[in-house]
Amino acid sequence: MILLPHTLSEITGPVYGHGDIQETDNDLTRQGEGEPIGERIIVTGRVVDDNGRPMPQTLIEIWQCNAAGRYRHKSDEHPAPLDPNFTGAGRTLTDAQGNYRFTTIRPGPYPWGNHPNAWRPAHIHFSLFGTAFATRLVTQMYFPGDPLFPFDPIMSSLPDEKARQRLISKFEMDLTQPDWALAFRFDIVLRGREATPFETK
Amino acid sequence: MDIDLIPTPWQTVGPYFAISLAGGHSIEHIAGPNAKGERVKLMCAMFDGEGQGVDEALIEIWQANADGRYNHPDDTQDKPVDPDFLGFGRQATDENGICVFETIRPGRVPGPNGTMQAPHLALSVLARGILRRLPTRIYFAGDPANEKDPVLALVPKERRETLMAQPVANQPGAWRFDIHLSGANETVFFDV
Repeated sequence: MILLPHTLSEITGPVYGHGDIQETDNDLTRQGEGEPIGERIIVTGRVVDDNGRPMPQTLIEIWQCNAAGRYRHKSDEHPAPLDPNFTGAGRTLTDAQGNYRFTTIRPGPYPWGNHPNAWRPAHIHFSLFGTAFATRLVTQMYFPGDPLFPFDPIMSSLPDEKARQRLISKFEMDLTQPDWALAFRFDIVLRGREATPFETK
Repeated sequence: MDIDLIPTPWQTVGPYFAISLAGGHSIEHIAGPNAKGERVKLMCAMFDGEGQGVDEALIEIWQANADGRYNHPDDTQDKPVDPDFLGFGRQATDENGICVFETIRPGRVPGPNGTMQAPHLALSVLARGILRRLPTRIYFAGDPANEKDPVLALVPKERRETLMAQPVANQPGAWRFDIHLSGANETVFFDV
């Protein structure tokens, strides 16, 4: 890897997606004709830069498997049922304070061929652009207390326990909606434009 | 907000991103049909260390318009924005590791210390098995501005060729950029 000084090419980046957010894009439980099977949850949080400044109007795209641990994708061969009412795709823009909110179904764990009896802890994929080519982030959000954490090579790709903790959402009683859905908070810190790459390793 | 301000770490994009980031959300046309500039049909082909095509990888491109202006509020140059030019594209590679973008050759944009950069596209490669995206750049082989490009100057001479799109013989406007994730011809990737 060669260290790239930030030029105009790196401090700018795609600003798009504002025109094509549909009403149900942030509610994955209302995208089909009926309700998807599984535990309804709220996933919410705030996006800031590394100076703590809120990142408004930032596109967040998510994807996940269904409650049974199956992705709506041709390459997923896990013998678990697809849910006709669940696409697993969501998108939203953060508000003026950098807040976002999705309603979805809690994803299941699923096996994968990485090693004998390999299972992914339940997770939701997140994709954010921020304000620049340099601020791009693609990551995964996990759920607190998952017993699969110590066995997961993807989570273990982060050698630092503190870094791993940053990817685990927190259960929020205060945001949990009575008679409706548990809430999990996942706050996200994007790199500032001026940060050096070393700070994010 | 109950967090410190250390950037959230990356995790791999995995094999199933197309559910949300490609498919109906692919962007093949970086430049619309009426965008100003020299038309470029850019084929990106991605290979693993054994020379096999890498399918289901995500390729993202960001570039300036024909005048060297980015479609972004922080580009304050006194150059026109092109209404038919998005500047961004993304696609998943097909079963042969290939995807094709419709765009134009970008103009030159400023570099550090009063330099001008050669026409280039910023590229991100994301795929299963890759923990963080791999950023690189695409330049155009034979462009005289490449000689004085301040970023190419940071790359050892013998490896600059890995950043060059090559014109496709007998197909005017068609260019090909090969991405080698590892091996003898490994593409130069940047720490952005």
